[in-house]
Amino acid sequence: MTDKYAQLVNQGLGRNVARKLGLPQPAVLRRYEPGQPLIAGPILVQGGTAGADSLAAELLSWDLDVRRHAVPREKLGAIILVLDEVAEPGDLGKPILAAAASLRDLAPGGRVMTVSRPASDAPSPAAAAARQGVDGFLRSLAKELRGGATGNGILLARDVNTTSPSALAAVRFFLSGRSAFVDGQFVTVSTTAGELSADPETPLAGRVAVVTGAARGIGAAIARTLHRDGATLVLVDIPAAGDQLAAVANEVRGTALQLDISRGDAGQRMLEHAAQRHGRLDIMVHNAGITRDKLLANMDEGRWNSVININIAAQLRINEALLASEHFRSSPRIVSVASTSGIAGNRGQTNYAASKGGVMGMVRAAAPLLAGQGGSINAVAPGFIETEMTARIPFALREMGRRLNSLQQGGQPSDVAETIAFLASDAAGGINGEVLRVCGQNLVGA
Amino acid sequence: MSIDGQPTTGPDAAGTPAATSAPAPRRAVIVGGNRIPFARSGGAYAKSSNQDMLTAALDGLIARFGLQDERIGEVGAGAVLKHSRDFNLTREAVLGSALSPETPAYDLQQACATGLETVVGLSNKIKLGQIDSAIAGGVDSASDAPVVVSEGLREVILDLNRAKTLPQRLQILSRLRPKDLAPLAPGTAEPRTGLSMGEHQALTTAQWKISREAQDEVALNSHRNLAAAYEAGFFDDLLTPYRGLARDGNLRPDTSLEKLATLKPVFGRNLGADATMTAGNSTPLTDGASTVLLSSEEWADARDLPKLAAVVDAEAAAVDFVHGKDGLLMAPVFAVPRLLSRHGLTLDDFDFIEIHEAFAATVLSMLAAWEDEEFGRTRLGLPGAFGKIDRSKLNVNGSSLAAGHPFAATGGRIVASLAKTLHEKASTEGRPVRGLVSVCAAGGLGVAAILESL
Repeated sequence: MTDKYAQLVNQGLGRNVARKLGLPQPAVLRRYEPGQPLIAGPILVQGGTAGADSLAAELLSWDLDVRRHAVPREKLGAIILVLDEVAEPGDLGKPILAAAASLRDLAPGGRVMTVSRPASDAPSPAAAAARQGVDGFLRSLAKELRGGATGNGILLARDVNTTSPSALAAVRFFLSGRSAFVDGQFVTVSTTAGELSADPETPLAGRVAVVTGAARGIGAAIARTLHRDGATLVLVDIPAAGDQLAAVANEVRGTALQLDISRGDAGQRMLEHAAQRHGRLDIMVHNAGITRDKLLANMDEGRWNSVININIAAQLRINEALLASEHFRSSPRIVSVASTSGIAGNRGQTNYAASKGGVMGMVRAAAPLLAGQGGSINAVAPGFIETEMTARIPFALREMGRRLNSLQQGGQPSDVAETIAFLASDAAGGINGEVLRVCGQNLVGA
Repeated sequence: MSIDGQPTTGPDAAGTPAATSAPAPRRAVIVGGNRIPFARSGGAYAKSSNQDMLTAALDGLIARFGLQDERIGEVGAGAVLKHSRDFNLTREAVLGSALSPETPAYDLQQACATGLETVVGLSNKIKLGQIDSAIAGGVDSASDAPVVVSEGLREVILDLNRAKTLPQRLQILSRLRPKDLAPLAPGTAEPRTGLSMGEHQALTTAQWKISREAQDEVALNSHRNLAAAYEAGFFDDLLTPYRGLARDGNLRPDTSLEKLATLKPVFGRNLGADATMTAGNSTPLTDGASTVLLSSEEWADARDLPKLAAVVDAEAAAVDFVHGKDGLLMAPVFAVPRLLSRHGLTLDDFDFIEIHEAFAATVLSMLAAWEDEEFGRTRLGLPGAFGKIDRSKLNVNGSSLAAGHPFAATGGRIVASLAKTLHEKASTEGRPVRGLVSVCAAGGLGVAAILESL
């Protein structure tokens, strides 16, 4: 599961050779650790709107080093381009070109962020053009960034401003090492719901979370990350994986619940366990999933049905049980693991992509139901992640999978976990029905 | 009679002496259990030590109930086949687990009754208020059994240790004979009779005229019941997989009376055509470990943990098998009537009865003795037969013939499974439900216990 190539080209000789030959040079990504500063270096907030002013003021109140104008040759931690009032494409040039002048000063692991509004509710075609222009601009810029720097965008719905809780939560997430492998993505803040955590080190303190498929890989990483962020954990996996599940549970001081999620009463069992031990259930992370890859021409009923059943049908059933339960009422959060295969498609994975496409459809459609209970439901779509599963992919395919993204490397399970923890936090309450990719801006897909 | 967990002194409590000023004992409850699947000797756990397995069973229990860093009142466990280096087996397992290292522990050994006796002893401590929580357990490895040097070699080594000069050492070494170098495998034969447990049971089987067919039927039911319990997910919260094994390695879900009938007798072969005990209706040598979480009601409530059943009372008995008065494994035949008499109960007062299947014939010999009028009168001091067990209440989720029998781990397996069964039945029927456990053991020992649903 280690990326030997990335290790090689980050050392003296390997670095020189790779540079001379023009080979990919994946950077060592800046990943979050407790106690770490949010961002190393000043943040340049570019843009002259009221939204830019209030965001800059808010960041100052977090004791961050904030610049409203670039200081020549000063290394920057991040550049935030506030484009919340662009009315026609001509409005883009000035702030963007001003930011461009500072790009060379962006430190390794730096961040570029746009804050704008979605084109879908623009008042005029020209405004829509300008807003959609931000999308194309940001995605292209993200591909130009090097040294582990990333570019992402925040879209603010009509009633949301730059200092709404979830807008600030998104800014914090994108600035921090938690978003290391999220690149070239937009997240929409649709409401002013959400509450910023009193202690940003433990945003999930006092919350009870269930994680399915927690015995290994991404699920175990989710458990560790949610535990680090303060959550109380109930970890679920199939009985046959019980020993690994117990080891993870003991590591994160949670409880192990051996349960096949495809059982009809799985949702009920999770609720009962969480309610009995902890009084309630706040966060449901649907991570459990299987692959049964075959070209469609060779697909059989067993492979197709088991993937659909476990990857999406079980989630639908469990969510139904959760929504009906009085124990799932305290700012409830559901976060599902989708996949870039469900967005871009993947040869040999018709069943898997159908199930993961299903997850995204479910998340979008269930958002109003959760909003009605003061909650949210979102999905995370991982790209190439270094796990036991991807370690079994043949070498050449694996290398392609790893390098074909803007960060030229595979992500870590913890990268997926960080994004899930963000979406599960109280602060992210205004983000609902979203699918956030954790793929290093994979070159395939949306 | 009592259904509230507080034993009375017998059928007639009127003559009880006045209570002392000591507070009435409180309840000891079973919160749950965890075991690793049992493996046939030399199988999946061939390279696992007792300490490895007990630690794994503990860690699964800790994970199930969120006991990480918890200081448990006391952990008591044991093994029948035990290395001398494992003098502190349980404490070492605790130190290797996720429990607080400040959790005290002790080892206990009562042959195959070890596991049940740890439940009894720790429950008593809880009832007396000495501790609020406990983990009872047991483990055994027939694969990783201790191999001992011969008595001759042992004496030479010890004398060498005491010798001071080279001539003394040479003189001592010269005593060594080739035969002293052969290691001794652990014996399962009874020290006072030289007979193996199976040969002892074969005598009892013949005495009570237990048929081959009846034994095979007990074995078949054991496999069927255990397989059905697995299919129903019954063990999902009683078991944690270990070393690639997710179900008991001995379980044969597809066995049949026909298949069992093909097996050749392995015990009592000197009986000729009357030999009935086969590998199919006897328990195999097995590796495994089990644990049971016990506590006071307050302790469980404070942690929002379930309370499945109360440990009501227990009784140990022993028989004089050396002189042939009773069969080696027949002690529970006496323990159970004494225990039930103390509570004014009969076999009919129990919804579930767990009789450890050392051999199918052990269970059947016990049932035969209890159904025998003369035995009841002359040996149990009753007006007639002790009673007949409704077989649909017996070992409903399978027992040792199917699961296997890692000696000291069997008690914990039975207690945790029975407690869950009682709790489920009580929940669906809305009434208290009672269960009986009986475990026979080497040395003519036997222990019985009563559990009641909560």
